[in-house]
Amino acid sequence: MPGSTTRPAIEISDLVVRRGRNEVLHALNLSVTSGSITGLLGPSGCGKTTLMRAIVGTQIVESGSVTVLGEPAGSASLRRRVGYVTQSPTVYLDLSVRDNVRYFAALYGRPAAAAAEAIDAVALGGYSDQQAGQLSGGQRARVSLACALVGNPELLILDEPTVGLDPVLRADLWDQFADLAAAGTTLLVSSHVMDEAEHCPELLLMREGSLIAQLSPDELRTETGQSSLEHAFLTLIRTRTVGAQQS
Amino acid sequence: MNARIYTASTGRILRQLRADHRTVAMILLVPALLMTLLYFLYVNVPTPPGQQPLFDRIAVTMLGILPFVVMFLVTSIAMQRERSSGTLERLLTTPMSKLDLLGGYGTAFSLAAAAQAIVACLVTFGLLGLTTSGSVGLVVLIAVLDATLGVALGLLCSAFARTEFQAVQFMPVIVIPQLFLCGLLVPRDQLPQWLEWISNVMPLSYAVEALQQVARYPGSTAVMWRDLGVVAGFAVVALCLAAATLRRRTP
Repeated sequence: MPGSTTRPAIEISDLVVRRGRNEVLHALNLSVTSGSITGLLGPSGCGKTTLMRAIVGTQIVESGSVTVLGEPAGSASLRRRVGYVTQSPTVYLDLSVRDNVRYFAALYGRPAAAAAEAIDAVALGGYSDQQAGQLSGGQRARVSLACALVGNPELLILDEPTVGLDPVLRADLWDQFADLAAAGTTLLVSSHVMDEAEHCPELLLMREGSLIAQLSPDELRTETGQSSLEHAFLTLIRTRTVGAQQS
Repeated sequence: MNARIYTASTGRILRQLRADHRTVAMILLVPALLMTLLYFLYVNVPTPPGQQPLFDRIAVTMLGILPFVVMFLVTSIAMQRERSSGTLERLLTTPMSKLDLLGGYGTAFSLAAAAQAIVACLVTFGLLGLTTSGSVGLVVLIAVLDATLGVALGLLCSAFARTEFQAVQFMPVIVIPQLFLCGLLVPRDQLPQWLEWISNVMPLSYAVEALQQVARYPGSTAVMWRDLGVVAGFAVVALCLAAATLRRRTP
């Protein structure tokens, strides 16, 4: 970013990931602005999760570089600075909400009080004593989120955090993400629902393992002449695909 | 390793165990009940004069073998669950080291195993009339160490299982041959040479020999301590190998 003094939170160049015989990410180049919410959007199966795993450092990569907060992805020192919430809630279903979040608090060296705060932040204060297995899918997802929030990470990677949540709760969560970003946390949030793009100052649009565009929602509208982001994304894909076939 | 993370993990695993009442009951009671079954199995078998009753010979060995088998199974399934639920991958993105996790599992399940061994020994010595020349305390100690070995091998084997079905199948592969060759069915010096060599590199052989030492001699013998050292060594090596097979990056 010319003219900018803050370095990007994530810088990726020529990232190639293979799974078995398939290349699932094709020479990706992108950067994620620090202290802001970046939306990672694209249809199911386009490589969003693989890209996130490469950023967290759990994905074996074929080639290319992934730099996170100034260090190579997966570095030991990043483990306390980066929080990752997987798409399916990864919490202990046989433990209470409180025990789950307290456990992750201990892993990050945070006090029990931080666990209570994180539980309140995801609006599960009344469910602390419930076993996670007895909660609904959306509630479990929020327990999973609380387990990441409790570490107070500089960078938060959220894989489809709002899937299956009711609209009110979804709006609450986006407000909370905005608060986190205002406090300096960088968020990378994936979704396959284009409506969610509205909450993100910056968008990464993916399709079939490639980055189609990196722009803001307004730029997306202007470029495509569409007012709905859903239509804008479709228009963008059609023009790019046609362009690719003609060349 | 980090003491805080290791302690928190041990506590978390114990809490999970406590939430599963039926498993707790089975861990505590199954070996004691099996010992009782064994007692009645031999109750009518006459003991030739001057010889040790058959029940005594087999029971003392079983006190070491049963905790080994039970803890091997419980641990390999527990670890497999951690893997398939995605929590393992998540834990490995946190500041936790692999040995913190495996040490936590080892400690938590060994505590459960200690409770199990104490119940089994109380029943066998107290109610079923088993007698040994050495002390009951040594039998408990060996039984707990055997269970720890089962935990360590279970952790290692779960790395090679992709599903819980596969994890269960490791029991006949890892446990049954050791059961055959450990000296319970045939004294090890009467095995064909090549089988004796194999039995020499199996940890359960040493566990059984240690128990036989306690049964035969008052006080602790040098052979018994050496055997315990071998069993502990196997457990530590299995734990370290298990840590080496945990991958932070996966395809």
